[in-house]
Amino acid sequence: MADKKGIPMRLPETETATEVYSLPFPELPKDLGALKGMKPIVVKQPYHIDYIHSYGQDSPWIAGLSNGTILGSRCKRCRNTYPQPRGHCMDCGDETEWVVLPNKAKVHTFTVCHFGSQEFLPECPFVLCLIEFKGCETLLLSRLMGVDPLKPSLKWVGMEVEAKFRRLSKTKPTDVYFVPVGS
Amino acid sequence: MRPVYMVSGGISKFAKARPDKTFQALCMEAYSYAIHDLGLEVGKFNELADGCVISYFSDHFARQLMAGIMAQDYLGLCPKPGHRVEGGGATGGLCLQEAWKSIASGHMEICPAVGFETMSHVNTWKGNEFIAHASDVSFDYPVGGFYSGYYAMMVVRHMMEYGTTAEQMAHVSVKNHMNAFYNPYAQKRQKLTVKEVREAPMVAWPLTRLDICVMSDGAAAAILASEEGVKEIEKASGKRVKKVKVTGIGRGTDAMRMADRPHRKVPLLPNEKAGDYVGKKWHGGRLEYPGIHSFRAGRMASVQAYEMAGITDPLAEIDFVELHDAYTSSEIQTYEDMGLCRYGEGGKFAASGKPFLPNITYGLPAVDKDPQKGTCPVNPSGGLIACGHPVGATGLMQAVFACWQLQKTIRKHLKKPDIQVKDAKRGAIHSHAGTGTYVTVSILEAEGGR
Ligand SMILES: [Zn+2]
Repeated sequence: MADKKGIPMRLPETETATEVYSLPFPELPKDLGALKGMKPIVVKQPYHIDYIHSYGQDSPWIAGLSNGTILGSRCKRCRNTYPQPRGHCMDCGDETEWVVLPNKAKVHTFTVCHFGSQEFLPECPFVLCLIEFKGCETLLLSRLMGVDPLKPSLKWVGMEVEAKFRRLSKTKPTDVYFVPVGS
Repeated sequence: MRPVYMVSGGISKFAKARPDKTFQALCMEAYSYAIHDLGLEVGKFNELADGCVISYFSDHFARQLMAGIMAQDYLGLCPKPGHRVEGGGATGGLCLQEAWKSIASGHMEICPAVGFETMSHVNTWKGNEFIAHASDVSFDYPVGGFYSGYYAMMVVRHMMEYGTTAEQMAHVSVKNHMNAFYNPYAQKRQKLTVKEVREAPMVAWPLTRLDICVMSDGAAAAILASEEGVKEIEKASGKRVKKVKVTGIGRGTDAMRMADRPHRKVPLLPNEKAGDYVGKKWHGGRLEYPGIHSFRAGRMASVQAYEMAGITDPLAEIDFVELHDAYTSSEIQTYEDMGLCRYGEGGKFAASGKPFLPNITYGLPAVDKDPQKGTCPVNPSGGLIACGHPVGATGLMQAVFACWQLQKTIRKHLKKPDIQVKDAKRGAIHSHAGTGTYVTVSILEAEGGR
């Protein structure tokens, strides 16, 4: 918090505190009633988990990205193609098969995130987008790079984009992202 | 199925943080209010109740599994039947409908529905992360999981399809904050202008901080009863109950992954024809539905609830709506899903007088002068944007406000009469989960009907 001249006016608020070994308490039994007016005790309880997460039947899709390929799931019966993998078709329930999707596509919609979840705060502002592939029934959630996040425009919708792949795979869906064609 | 009545309700104070009480005591705050309103003590009412349904959304926020039974125990309802209900943002709406089922089926005569959420136990950024875990953790969350971002992408597409503007969205924010100005239960009571909404800090383009609801701590309770249950309550209290009948129940669903929403035919509401969606305005001459600009689940829930309640022209036959405005944009999308206007016309509807309260001045000339102002007030309470959104309580909060509207007791409970919808006979409540995955619509009617 700074005043108009940019001089800090407050000490920063942090989630650290001094350890407390004793709390004030009224004299008993005469002040028992005063306990009803006591302010709540608020403490910090850390909580950390490492999950062992499996991509299961969708694993080839992740492996595809780390090898420069976007896979899709295709239903032979309905001819539906899904760029976010599904082991079974949403319409008929048949098992899908893998197909290779093109590296060129279009922006279906987008947003610029100026805030977000704790994990992604350091990346703000970043551009989230949904990508449409020709002949696909559904979309792909991804990141759009190569545009100025401070100058968003509805003109970005419909823009031709091409896939870029991370050289060092993180085995995450962000191993692929999109940039305007020719950039 | 038997007739089901909502007989009373209670809401705790919603606030950014309620460290003064545990979640159990927050539930008791709402529950005891509802019971005292019937003229009974909690102990006496608990003898009459046949069980209960408890709702909360997030085990992450609660950092407590089985919090439902802990609330039931604290309310004094053990060892009677009970269960916990969860369905994202629609948790409260689902809870109400589960209690309705218990009574409609003949399984219970009296069943309270109680919901809560305590979201202040983590900072806002961690809270955003918890909420974003209600998107696919393999394919959505790791890309930059952020709910405001998801809804922003939906409305960007709505803007492209229909020409909806950020200023039209801002009208929703002005309306709901102004309505809340007259509602002491609300967390944010502000008189705003469209300019102030647009100039607030950008969160996810084009949504600013004033287009988005906030996280809250709070609880709400709704008491449901059969004809027989109402008689038992009246016998115990010696007072007549102002019954509100639940005349329609609807529920719809959609894929968790927003990218997985296909374009299909529009399920038509009773006031629509297929021809309404043919013409130059629509992609390739026909509306491609729902894609990501509309909520298939909201449409499905509305179709079902209207059919059950016998509603054929929602705008003319519903006196007010409390709907899930987690975002100003989703209120606009929901106008269309609920048939208050046609697809594509939600933006215009938002900036017209129709969803505003007729007796309040909003400082919006086109709205305040509109002869159709107040046709069907939407979120007279202030909605989620201004009241707050303690997820598991939210859908029940809507039920309580709707119940008070239909009992004509707004003045009694709010100590202010301004948001009372005059001659309110039929209200709709709408509860909505993550990007439109679960949506409930319930229709409530005053004694005597329309
Ligand atoms: Zn199929």
